[in-house]
Amino acid sequence: MDNKELQEISKNIRINIIKMLSLAGSGHPGGSLSETDILVTLYFNHLKHNPKNPQWPQRDYVILSKGHACVGLYAVLARAGYFPEEELWTLRKFGSRLQGHPAKDKGLPGIEISTGSLGQGLSVGVGIALGLKIDKKSNKVYVIMGCGEQQEGSIWEAAMAAGYYKLDNLIGIIDYNKLQIDGYNEEVMGIENIASKYTAFRWNTIEINGHNYDELNYAFDKAKNYKGKPTVIIAHTIKGKGVNFMENLAEWHGKAPNQQQTEQAIKQIKENYE
Amino acid sequence: MNKFSEKKATRTGYGEGLLELGEKNSDVVVISLDLTESTALHKFKEKFPSRFISLGIAEQNGITAAAGLSLCGKIPFVSTFAVFASGRVYDQIRVSVCYSNTNVKIGATHSGITVGPDGATHQATEDIALMQVLPRMTVLVPCDALETKKATIAAGEIFGPVYIRSGREPVPVITAPETPFVIGKANVLKEGKDVAIIACGIMVYESLVAAETLEKKGIKARVINMHTIKPIDKDIIIKAAKECGAIVTVEEHQVIGGLGSRVAEIVVENSPAVMKIIGIQDKFGESGQAQELLKYYHLKDTDIVDAVETLLKKK
Repeated sequence: MDNKELQEISKNIRINIIKMLSLAGSGHPGGSLSETDILVTLYFNHLKHNPKNPQWPQRDYVILSKGHACVGLYAVLARAGYFPEEELWTLRKFGSRLQGHPAKDKGLPGIEISTGSLGQGLSVGVGIALGLKIDKKSNKVYVIMGCGEQQEGSIWEAAMAAGYYKLDNLIGIIDYNKLQIDGYNEEVMGIENIASKYTAFRWNTIEINGHNYDELNYAFDKAKNYKGKPTVIIAHTIKGKGVNFMENLAEWHGKAPNQQQTEQAIKQIKENYE
Repeated sequence: MNKFSEKKATRTGYGEGLLELGEKNSDVVVISLDLTESTALHKFKEKFPSRFISLGIAEQNGITAAAGLSLCGKIPFVSTFAVFASGRVYDQIRVSVCYSNTNVKIGATHSGITVGPDGATHQATEDIALMQVLPRMTVLVPCDALETKKATIAAGEIFGPVYIRSGREPVPVITAPETPFVIGKANVLKEGKDVAIIACGIMVYESLVAAETLEKKGIKARVINMHTIKPIDKDIIIKAAKECGAIVTVEEHQVIGGLGSRVAEIVVENSPAVMKIIGIQDKFGESGQAQELLKYYHLKDTDIVDAVETLLKKK
């Protein structure tokens, strides 16, 4: 897809994120909006997948390690055709397959594993990548992580194993929006220099603007074809991107907009992406 | 009991089971966390090097990577000492293994106080409690090396999370090759109607010895090997409660949350009987020789005999 089409899809995804959260009355807008362009570029330009056959053995795997940002993933999965868009409006409601954090056992197509407890997704990716290597298969594994999540020690156990085993079929993406619940990463627990940390753990690193489709396409192309090391794409993003009054504010990490805010947010998204 | 002359650590049965499973099924992979020989993985490593993965001293990654391996069709067995295999990685087991219903098998060796000289940090006495409370988890506590081999093979043949508890101390082999092993179906090793002794793991042997002593005193004890803690064999417990009216449980584990607690829940809900729960009394372990520690923590056959005699006065 060209950038214009990606932008159009991203706009609709962002609107759906706001609608879903508004209907649910709770959830996580900040990280869902910051990861939107990453997910849209991945799913519509790079991922080998079949929404009508989610368990297709040749598929690439996507693990949303930052499980709280599942609202963005659900919206992208629906748009890609994994399930009907109407189901998005059941988010966080009793009986829904769209749980507050991704739930493997609810059977929502496109969800490979339950996440939400931070720091586990990269290890899941390491396991899948190892299994694919044993079978000499060419599928890729994409793990989307948060920046605050880099504070989890288990991330570094996984990073060490991936580098050591040269898992070039594993691609980590950090949605680096600089914020977590208590505020800026650097005020809560600094994660810098994140690129050199991954380099030290024997990874290939690429740093990009996570809202620029050219840069995202470039990064995914590079990462997919890189041999001999896993790649981490450090995508600099803006928390709450697209909704002016949510941007760069930690308070919008885990709060749903009220009716008036919902209308305002949708208006702003339309203005920003037209 | 001289008839049980062969002594083997139950963990050796785990290694033997893996070897047989590896032959049968090429999807079986093994993750080692720097304890290859201690957790009896070395023979699997020699025979199937491409299916042996070393992930170092990194238990969180080890358990979670096993979940990932399961997502691409592998049957991963991940092994370490029981303290680390349960407590250190609890949230990983809860979310990536049980909640995600992945096909991960956890081989937990060095359980209980019989680890001995290493002391309390390395003596898992809470792991049955931690594991059995998790939805979807199957918990196996086999009684000897032969049964551990069967349990390991059985674990590989069902889908879903399984915790297999084994030990380091050589203990008598009390089952035979033809003894059945079905997950969730306990075995009666000795018939009797005065009291039922329900035990798991290496305490089954102590229970058999106790039953022989009791027999000489005119007390006929039924000995039940509860090798599966979850799903537990409710029928055999209810039957024991009804027919014997008195139950003693024995485990190398805390009395809170283990086999005894579980049996008591079933007994009070179905057919009340007097009970005594033998296990570790809400204390940590300590350094010492295995036999010394079993005596100190009152887990010997003589302790079981005493408990039965005291209990029968309440019947």
